[in-house]
Amino acid sequence: MLTETLPVANAPDALPATRPIELTINGKKRQFRLAPWTTLLDALREYANLTGTKKGCDHGQCGACTVLIDGKRVNACLTLAVMHEDHTITTIEGLADSATGQFHPLQQAFIDHDAFQCGYCTPGQICSAVGMLNEGKVENKADQIRELMSGNLCRCGAYPHIVDAIQEVMNKDR
Amino acid sequence: MIGKPISRVDGPEKVTGQAKYAAEFNVPDLTYGVVVSSTITKGTITRIDTSKALALDGVLEVFTHKNRPKTAWFDMSYKDQDSPPGSPFRPLHNDQVKYNGQPIALVVAETFEVARYAATLVEIDYDPEPCETDLLKHLHEARDPKSGVANLFKPLPPKPRGDSAAAYANAPVSMSARYIHGMQHHNPMEMFATTVEYGRNGHLTIYDKTQGATNSQLYVTQAFNLSFDQVRVISPYVGGGFGSGLRPQYQLFLAVMAARALERSVRVSLTRQQMWSFGHRPATVQNIRLAANADGTLAAVEHEAIAETSQFEDYTETVVNWTGKLYDCANSTLSYKVKSLDMYSPLDMRAPGGVTGVHAIECAIDELAYNAGIDPLDFRFKNYSEKDWTEKDKPFSSKELRACFTQGAERFGWSNRTPEPRSMRRGHTLIGWGMATGIWDANQVPARAEAVLTVNGKLRVSSATADIGTGTYTIMTQIAAELLGMPLENVIFRLGDTDMPLAPIQGGSWTAATVGSAVKVTCEALAKKLFKLARKMPGSPLASADFTDVFFANSHIRLRRDPSVAVPLQAIVDQNGGRAISETGTSLPNMLKQKDYSRSAHAAAFVEVEVDEDFGTVVVTRAVSAVAAGRILNPKTARSQIIGGMVWGISSALQEESVMDHRYGRYMNQNLAEYHIPVCADVRDLDVIFVEEVDDIVNPLGVKGVGEVGLVAMPAAIANAVFHATGKRIHDLPIQLDRLL
Amino acid sequence: MNPFAYSRPASLADTVNELAGSSRSRIIAGGTNLIDLMKENVERPAQLIDINRLPFSTIDELPDGGLRLGALVTNADTAYHPLVEQRYPLLSQTILAGASPQLRNMATNGGNLFQRTRCYYFYDTSMPCNKRAATNNGPGGCAAYGGYNRIHAILGTTDDTNGQSSCVATYPSDMAVALTALDAVVQVTGPNGDRSIPMADFHRLPGAEPWRDNTTQPGEVVTAIDLPTRGFPDHYTYIKVRDRSSYAFALVSVAVGLEMDGDVVRDARIALGGVAHKPWRKSEAEQLLIGKTLSPETIRPVADALLAGARGYGHNDFKIELAHRAIIRAVLKSGLDNGAVE
Repeated sequence: MLTETLPVANAPDALPATRPIELTINGKKRQFRLAPWTTLLDALREYANLTGTKKGCDHGQCGACTVLIDGKRVNACLTLAVMHEDHTITTIEGLADSATGQFHPLQQAFIDHDAFQCGYCTPGQICSAVGMLNEGKVENKADQIRELMSGNLCRCGAYPHIVDAIQEVMNKDR
Repeated sequence: MIGKPISRVDGPEKVTGQAKYAAEFNVPDLTYGVVVSSTITKGTITRIDTSKALALDGVLEVFTHKNRPKTAWFDMSYKDQDSPPGSPFRPLHNDQVKYNGQPIALVVAETFEVARYAATLVEIDYDPEPCETDLLKHLHEARDPKSGVANLFKPLPPKPRGDSAAAYANAPVSMSARYIHGMQHHNPMEMFATTVEYGRNGHLTIYDKTQGATNSQLYVTQAFNLSFDQVRVISPYVGGGFGSGLRPQYQLFLAVMAARALERSVRVSLTRQQMWSFGHRPATVQNIRLAANADGTLAAVEHEAIAETSQFEDYTETVVNWTGKLYDCANSTLSYKVKSLDMYSPLDMRAPGGVTGVHAIECAIDELAYNAGIDPLDFRFKNYSEKDWTEKDKPFSSKELRACFTQGAERFGWSNRTPEPRSMRRGHTLIGWGMATGIWDANQVPARAEAVLTVNGKLRVSSATADIGTGTYTIMTQIAAELLGMPLENVIFRLGDTDMPLAPIQGGSWTAATVGSAVKVTCEALAKKLFKLARKMPGSPLASADFTDVFFANSHIRLRRDPSVAVPLQAIVDQNGGRAISETGTSLPNMLKQKDYSRSAHAAAFVEVEVDEDFGTVVVTRAVSAVAAGRILNPKTARSQIIGGMVWGISSALQEESVMDHRYGRYMNQNLAEYHIPVCADVRDLDVIFVEEVDDIVNPLGVKGVGEVGLVAMPAAIANAVFHATGKRIHDLPIQLDRLL
Repeated sequence: MNPFAYSRPASLADTVNELAGSSRSRIIAGGTNLIDLMKENVERPAQLIDINRLPFSTIDELPDGGLRLGALVTNADTAYHPLVEQRYPLLSQTILAGASPQLRNMATNGGNLFQRTRCYYFYDTSMPCNKRAATNNGPGGCAAYGGYNRIHAILGTTDDTNGQSSCVATYPSDMAVALTALDAVVQVTGPNGDRSIPMADFHRLPGAEPWRDNTTQPGEVVTAIDLPTRGFPDHYTYIKVRDRSSYAFALVSVAVGLEMDGDVVRDARIALGGVAHKPWRKSEAEQLLIGKTLSPETIRPVADALLAGARGYGHNDFKIELAHRAIIRAVLKSGLDNGAVE
């Protein structure tokens, strides 16, 4: 007989209370009631109905959940919503020009270069590319782009086209 | 339209985050299910205590084998369109644990977070039994697999011909080697999930991650004894499949079970770790012996494969037959056996069997060519097969593999290669060039489609197929637009909904041929119907024309001899009493035409690797794939398919392997940090050539699927390049750095 | 993930008090490792103390010419800081060889020091693990010993023939390897005040207490990491050998800093990652280089000395030879080039 030692010490912990939380997402202030254990990723997908941000592993190992916090790219799965009340959060849904609806140049370039297949990693790839351009650490060299886009897995293998799309946008910006 | 590099029509939805995947339909009043997985491999659940979990606020129910609702009794009811022979796994069926990671409870709660926590509070005692999961320890127990419907498209080996043993013994040149492949898991980026919307009178609208909505519907209706009109399965977007969605996975069963029991909408999403708790590419051991005559022609071919399967189903794949298709040797012995182990049934994974078997034979051919002192490319020209002896010596419906070799070699610069291993280097790195052949089936199966000319003059075409990233939406839109002469923006193709006409699961690289043919016959039928209506219109300029006298262009039916004589499609529908005009069609493979031919797509891959001499790290610096796959419907999306396959080839050759600790029967690297697949930095310069290939036998469109053929040649080409760089024959995959130290 | 209380103390003093108050309190900064472990139920804190608003997010020059890296500065901001790039390019390059851009934007310098092992068996709560068992979380023993141990340690392990008290885990950080080579000093504040811990003493070998990764005491908070003046900006190398080109943990890594007088080595630092429960350094090995000109022959004894006592556990046997080769390459490269990374 083998009794599994469960990953729980003794009695269950009491459930955490929810609290009002205000998050600024894609330029809008939005109010939620969340417990501390809600990750930013789950807050976006399950509470804010912004499902463009994807859950690909939930452990910071794939980059599908990449969003921009104050312009910097991060993995939304590894941070708690409650930690971001004083930040601005940008998701894939907030990249297009809100007035004109015009796509962000990277969104258009991804379409033009067929930089995706199933599309599941795509929002994370695009947010990551936006973050990379914000960081300003990459000249328009393929090997640098490849290294600095390596935090986003693509199981369909669209990498060469992702690099092409980013290079095109960088060329236009010159 | 057909043959043009159109951008993906689903692109805008995908780049804006609007494309919705199975876990993203946030229906009202949703509850969340989290699966508890077994931590032993084999044995009996002696106690399962859900009281602590149930005591939590927000937990609605914990389903286990003890309290689950009754489902169908017969095994047959759990079969799906892709079931191997055997007895399908039934979630929460009883107290028996058959494999590690088996679902043994489902916790359903009002929020995901509560369900996730409650799942950790379920207490389980087991009475474990010894388990066997290591194929290498059981090779001597391998046996012939049971055959079944699955073997229609995955034939078992033909009987041997000639006397390969004698020929091997007498030939002047020979080689022999054993090739070992570990397990792999599909790991599409989207994790498996099902959202069940519980509707009025128990009607279920199911958003499922699947490569076949109709397959999921069939499974649910049978397992839960429901009628088809009670179950609608919707799957407009699939975040990658690679075979993992060919069978309904257990989250579908659990979500439906919970929704019906609770009369609530339920979502069950698997974790990334649980992506290792169902089908995989099986570990396989292959033995190859080859011999050649002095002139370099093959004298003997022996190719034997032993693969693992589960204790409950005989999963098989075609591993060794490729050898017979590629090499027409008079003395050939091909064999394929399986061994049942304590694991979940393997499951088709991108180019199942092909990626395994062709890696082995194409490495063996390279080795034999070296032993014969012949350039590996020349060796393949010398032994080029014109007929398929595994299919009664049928000729190929088309086979432009020679052109693949020639054009690929030219683009790559193969003639500049120095044959001697270790003869090319840059600083610390050894350079190697290798090549290999690829082959994959070009099948077509029956499918249906509907085409509707709407009152707004738009063309709406639908079929219950899938687009797992393959480009189905786009190429079907192109076919329909071409046939009815309409601009792309006025054509909408929809898929992934069981309310649409029946289509098979998306696999085997057959969707372009299968659904494409259905769309073709349906649009042709609609065209005829529209023409008839146009002719009958008052004062119709086409009144005296025959269908052969007209063509469809710019949203008009036009007279061939004078295209200015035309009827707008809009006018036809306007004349139809405000009703849309629709037609439904079915396409069947033309057996009469196909039966005398072997039908395959071919490819040749040429690869350059850099191997760090000190560290053994391998980088594929450039690769060219030349592909002969009939007519290319869309060079842009087809190129992406081939590039994706090449990336999988890099992955298979150098990185990917699910490692099991056989003492426990448990996977140890079940996460994306330690189960390595290529990142952007691993993928350098990849080039694709589509060679011209005309085939009017394979299907009405002359198309062969490209989802798999781009992968098949790559692992061997890489391994052969590693040999050329280092002088080391690494027979087992993946070639991780420690094998080269 | 279990439920937890969440607090955001206004001061360091409050933080120390809250942290000292419960053994199940954890500090959260970047969260990149902690939240991962919480989702795996390896970490089950009753309270998370969010210190992101404490004033440790700057990089400042020290009076002696060194540099103070605030504990809350992200890995990315550290790597790209002009003073770090100029004076400590080894650190900059080492950080950039780790994780992914997203993770480097979140992970903090302080948090990196508390990164836990990637041992598969540690992460899987159904597996025997002496690191976890002490916190009443899963069975004891060491499944990695005698199991699948390709990524595991070859130096400073605790092992016995049946694995019962073994620990062969590695500490997976890249950054800490460079910090160790640079003789960095960790500044902590705890219930008993402030103290400084040299990097070499910060992490520990598993010994008889494999559950203890480092030498901090309950209630202690890392506030900064100080870099001494000497940064080896002219001769340095970080080599990271891994299973894919990026976004993978090191199988073996080597951080080297040299001071050269023409062809002759004046000072040498060599630290290894991926081989032990802490960044691996031996000053007696480094001493062997002083006064030498660089060649594989002069470096080989150094590698031998650094790796003295190394042993493999089956799958990771290759690491010994790999580390040997990586040391030679890294030292040679440091002497020849003006620094680079591969």
